[in-house]
Amino acid sequence: MSGDHFVSREPFDPHSIEALTPAQEKYYLASQWKLMWWKLKRHRLAVICGVILALNYATIMVSEVIAPYNLHTRNTDFVYSPPQSVHLFHEGEFIGPFVYGRGYELDMELLKRNYPENRDEVQPLRFFCQGDPYRFWGLFEARFHLVCPPENGTFFLLGTDRLGRDMFSRITYGARISLTIGLVGIMISFFFGIVIGGLAGYYGGWVDASVQRLIEVIRSFPELPLWMALSAVLPVNWSPIFIFFGITVILAMLDWTGLARAVRSKLLSLREEDYCAAAELMGAKPGRIIGRHLLPGFMSHLIASATLSVPAMILGETALSFLGLGLRPPVTSWGVLLNEAQNINVVALYPWLLYPVVPVVLVILTFNFFGDGLRDAADPYK
Amino acid sequence: MLHYILRRILTMIPTLLIISMLVFVIIQLPPGDYLESHIAELQSQGESVDEQKIQFLREQYGLDKPMLQQYWYWLIGMLQGDFGYSFEYDLPVTEVVGDRLFLTVLISIATILFTWAVAFPIGIYSATHQYSWGDYGLSTLGFLGLATPNFLLALVMLYLANVYFGTSIGGLMDPEYIDAPWSLDKVLSILEHLWIPVVVIGTSGTAGMIRRLRANLLDELQKQYVTTGRAKGLPPGKLLRKYPLRVALNFFVADIGNLLPTVISGAEIVAVVMSLPTTGPILLSALQSQDMYLAGSFLMFLALLTVFGVLVSDILLALLDPRIRLGGSANK
Repeated sequence: MSGDHFVSREPFDPHSIEALTPAQEKYYLASQWKLMWWKLKRHRLAVICGVILALNYATIMVSEVIAPYNLHTRNTDFVYSPPQSVHLFHEGEFIGPFVYGRGYELDMELLKRNYPENRDEVQPLRFFCQGDPYRFWGLFEARFHLVCPPENGTFFLLGTDRLGRDMFSRITYGARISLTIGLVGIMISFFFGIVIGGLAGYYGGWVDASVQRLIEVIRSFPELPLWMALSAVLPVNWSPIFIFFGITVILAMLDWTGLARAVRSKLLSLREEDYCAAAELMGAKPGRIIGRHLLPGFMSHLIASATLSVPAMILGETALSFLGLGLRPPVTSWGVLLNEAQNINVVALYPWLLYPVVPVVLVILTFNFFGDGLRDAADPYK
Repeated sequence: MLHYILRRILTMIPTLLIISMLVFVIIQLPPGDYLESHIAELQSQGESVDEQKIQFLREQYGLDKPMLQQYWYWLIGMLQGDFGYSFEYDLPVTEVVGDRLFLTVLISIATILFTWAVAFPIGIYSATHQYSWGDYGLSTLGFLGLATPNFLLALVMLYLANVYFGTSIGGLMDPEYIDAPWSLDKVLSILEHLWIPVVVIGTSGTAGMIRRLRANLLDELQKQYVTTGRAKGLPPGKLLRKYPLRVALNFFVADIGNLLPTVISGAEIVAVVMSLPTTGPILLSALQSQDMYLAGSFLMFLALLTVFGVLVSDILLALLDPRIRLGGSANK
């Protein structure tokens, strides 16, 4: 034994040799959600899309204020009026945002109404003004708008429809329904997915087998025809609000399968873990084990994949309403607006009826990018 | 192999049974039976009701029997080729369906072929040139394709064709062939018109497929056998062709199960917009007038089409992939 081999009698502290820098410490101690947020922030496109979505959802809070007209205001003198452009300069002179006044003539050859611009009539737009009356969220009367048409003039940014209703205002109001139906639908489908997938994954055996079978059948069915059939069944005499929820439930009924599958496969592997056995030994009931110990482990991932199925719901509603099987007026969604554009002859004469396509595509696209980024951020192995 | 196919066909039976139950429940959901609403409608239009015919139909389809028995009759009838009676057209469903089903199948197959032809090269390019400008450009394009609902695309294309070419691109054949018997000219005319709906229906499926193929091939490219091959000095082109591509090919066939429901859904709604003589417009009008036998048969046909397509893809997959053929299950 050589006596010069020194061993300290002090207890060994591993941290003394690999001390964490503050940055590292922050990283290792961060919660799961914080990690997700940091990863998401690095994904530029996802953040931009998230901001656009947030703005969109912010507008539906105050649709009434943003829309220059009321949802149902009919300008009977301006049926199928083309969009009016906003000008800043009149004959080289700066005036601020204004529109030109318009006359009216009937084209007897095409049987089409024309509204020629009257270049002498300069009508400045009014801002932060009192205009069309509305009931804010159906609660109280108000008249305040962000932008109003000029006195004795009109302001149809995106034209008007067959009843002379302003398309821009209707698209703004339509966002309220179109955007919420996706969220409400995803909540219902989230609930179904977690409960059914949770049961299948936790119990296994015949429960699992029959749920798997059911999911397989639902997935093998072409979605849209089934949606069409189910919504055709909704009674005609239901009130619009019931129809809204009916359609949401129908959309959710075919959508939960993907989530249920994800929950099931995760649970099947997680329930074998030791901490699950420990909880079971301490007498926790299955509901508590699933809800308290198993689900939080992959909740972030679930939410991210749920984000990705919101666009499918929005599209489903748009398609159904477009075909006339979904929501019915006076409830107004983008699909209901597009229903008017179903006839190609109408569209050829009045192409501005196609404008609701733009917000639909924009929202779907941003939801896809945002959901993709969120999913990548929620994946701990990337 | 034969054993595998047999078992695969046997598992189809419960699937189809569950689907038929679902469809039957949907048929039954509207209050009252179809004959009642049909009689009411006839009377409201001031037309006379042929009591004898109504009685005959009621017995034929067992509408006075309990629910379970009705389902049984319906099921047995379908197995014998009797799909019920369309009250709107006053014809047996099989006669209403006629060529439409065939055209739906034709469009679906053409769309899948189109999807493959486009998705395959682009997917490979994107995967092998990951994060290049080409990859970014194609991915963005793919996202756009994925985000644009195909019925809106159909509308916009109809509008553009109308404005710039002054023609209507709706329909599936020149007008003179619509009720004509099948002839070579009619087939050619259909082929001429077919590509527009195929492209419109195919965009979103193609975009999805490119993304899936890219992800799949990327996974494959990171595996160790590829590294080994590269380390041994295989030229990149040959390495790609000989190994990862063949594995990715399996996925191509397997993905029909995902693709087919999308394609058929798309085909239905695009058919309504472009007024194609397929099942879409009839299904819609049947649902609107609650002609439930007709609607139910269509739903059943469409489901059958999907299930059968998946069966074909599974058999092809088994032919391609010995792991499935010998290991037994095609579960993904």
